[in-house]
Amino acid sequence: MLAQLFGFKGGVKPQTNKTPSVQQPIGVAPLPPRLFVPLHQSIGGAPNPLVQAGERVRKGQLIGGADGWVSAAVHAPTSGTVLAIEQHVAAHPSGLPTLSVVIEADGLDEWIDRRLIDHRSLAPERVREILRDAGVVGLGGAAFPSHAKLTPARAVPVEHLVINGAECEPFMTCDDMLMRERAEEIVRGIAIFRDLLAARQVLIGIEDNKPEAIAAMQEAVRRLAEDYAVVGVPTRYPAGGAKQLIRVLTGKEVPASKRSTELGVQCFNVATVYTAYRALAHGEPVVSRIVTLTGNVRQPRNWDVRLGTPMCDVVALGAPMADTSCYLMGGPMMGFEIPDLAIPVVKATNCIIAGSPKLFPPNPPEMPCIRCGACAEACPHELQPFELYWFSRARNFGKTQEYHIFDCIECGCCSYVCPSHIPLVQYFRFAKSEIWSREREKNAADAAKARFELRNAREEREQAEKAERLAKAAAARTTERKVPSAGPVAPDGQPAVADFVAVSPTSDAEAIKKAAIAAAMERARAQRELAQPRNTEQLNAEQRRQIAAVEARRAAARAAPAVEPDIPSAVPASPPRVGE
Amino acid sequence: MITALVIMALGAVVLGAALGYASIRFKVEGDPLVEKIEAILPQTQCGQCGYPGCKPYAAAISAGEAEINLCPPGGMDGVRKLADLLGREVKPLQAEEKPKQVAIIDEQTCIGCTLCIQACPVDAIVGAAKQMHTIIEPLCTGCELCVKPCPVECIHMQPIAENLDNWKWKYPVIEIKRAA
Repeated sequence: MLAQLFGFKGGVKPQTNKTPSVQQPIGVAPLPPRLFVPLHQSIGGAPNPLVQAGERVRKGQLIGGADGWVSAAVHAPTSGTVLAIEQHVAAHPSGLPTLSVVIEADGLDEWIDRRLIDHRSLAPERVREILRDAGVVGLGGAAFPSHAKLTPARAVPVEHLVINGAECEPFMTCDDMLMRERAEEIVRGIAIFRDLLAARQVLIGIEDNKPEAIAAMQEAVRRLAEDYAVVGVPTRYPAGGAKQLIRVLTGKEVPASKRSTELGVQCFNVATVYTAYRALAHGEPVVSRIVTLTGNVRQPRNWDVRLGTPMCDVVALGAPMADTSCYLMGGPMMGFEIPDLAIPVVKATNCIIAGSPKLFPPNPPEMPCIRCGACAEACPHELQPFELYWFSRARNFGKTQEYHIFDCIECGCCSYVCPSHIPLVQYFRFAKSEIWSREREKNAADAAKARFELRNAREEREQAEKAERLAKAAAARTTERKVPSAGPVAPDGQPAVADFVAVSPTSDAEAIKKAAIAAAMERARAQRELAQPRNTEQLNAEQRRQIAAVEARRAAARAAPAVEPDIPSAVPASPPRVGE
Repeated sequence: MITALVIMALGAVVLGAALGYASIRFKVEGDPLVEKIEAILPQTQCGQCGYPGCKPYAAAISAGEAEINLCPPGGMDGVRKLADLLGREVKPLQAEEKPKQVAIIDEQTCIGCTLCIQACPVDAIVGAAKQMHTIIEPLCTGCELCVKPCPVECIHMQPIAENLDNWKWKYPVIEIKRAA
């Protein structure tokens, strides 16, 4: 057991509201008729669709292949037919669409051939690949691909592996119920992660308002004879933040510029560990997750829900009360309001809360900041939210970065304590996304500039090359002209013959070329004439004879200048044409 | 008296030599102000300002020949930044501000004349003579320079719609009605 727990600065103690949803065991949500599985469910690259409309898929079949290393695969949550791969509203506060695979369930729920893997018999790289292809991501809410976190830093050995079962968000109980009911599988999963990271010590942090979960985990650890420390941490939001939990359990503070691996610590959520265990020991990729359905519903409960199940189907299981006005995805502190109940459950959906005006009274109007400093005291990252607020509000984004806005985890403690009811986190989110968008624009501008300069350089080079080529050709022509004139000057027959031999191919080639050009021009003229209507076609024989006589006279007249070259050609050389 | 003069003269010579050396040793190539201005410009290379690219425009601003409000893709934001940098007054943009857009080639109509390829300042169009052309959308700066040369009018500009990649959190709205 740990001798000492450390504290973290700030934090708040909101009402937890966890009791209603832990009264019943985890239920298995019924299979919906249609599932909408978004392809992009994790941080990193968007997976590419691997199935086509009309194809039959089985439960657990790969439908989206991981794109790059930081990306995770997506699988069919049940067996059925792919109806379409189309844009469907995403589990995102914007309500914008994202590419999703629509599957019509056939009700058989037929698994793919599952291969059980003993992670000890494989190289760690291979295990990481398997986890990526099984779609294992951080289920605490961030959905970061777990395999990418399972590579130990070369220089620093992993001292502590922190397993996060704190679940500090109010209302949320999915991790609590998972630990109560499936503790043994979690503990077995921890062994996989411990082996991959070669961690010396495993610390399982659980908030002390979950005594049943702590007891269940301790019991499982004892039964499996592991040496993991199950630690009850004081209940204070946000104790479940990765950096906060690491600080509480190990006393190490992860600096803003570093990742915890560099300090020899790595942190995973209990549900992530559980899915990794299922993926390896049962060959089951991530096709479902446990979702807390609570708030203004008659039957709050945790449900094992297929990914891709529309929210409306899940919400119906809890029988929401009549005065339900909104639904939140995630907790009340960090979650967002669901823009459309058609959005599907994804890997990041840990909780759905039905809200009513009574449960979440509308925010009182925003009042001016009085610089009381309550937000700075509540901030678990020791930032100064009131300063960040000024600068975000004034769109002075450079200053917000000076005050470390990107260290803000958007936990909402500052908004929670603000006596002026300022939606501080919203200002910070606005500032962050604005800074990101400017960064993107800047990068695009730099790339465009580089391409423009490259193009200009190329054009200059091409022009220089062309000029050089022309100069060379001109020089060649002048020498050529000189060579034949030099030929006859040669003193005796011998060199003159040699000259003639040297020159004749060129002049021959030239003559051929000229002949070819003349022939081509003649052909073009003939074509032109053919294309033009002639007004001589409908004449009678007498008229034709007259025309022929005129033509003959003309031809004779044209031939005359050729005979007497001294007279400049007064007769036009154009082809004869009647009616000209 | 003479000693004092000699000391002063010596000092002047030494300092002058030091300054002269520094001016050669630490000579700055190019105009740093032009680079700063260019960093603010959006690098669309569209020529809507009347200069053949962003760099010439930056040079003209730096030389005091051009106003700072001639760049429509940069928008009012760009004008404000330039005004901050140069200590000039913010002026309204001389053209209307357009949303970011991207060129689209109607590939059915394209005759493969390569005129748009020659017009594109950032090489964002692929194609060959008598072959269909197409825009590489991520590289397109939306400068519209390819629209005019097209003899069959198969290129049109399309505003970039909001999607999950470019979506932004909105500025929090203070509801005055409720506050009153």
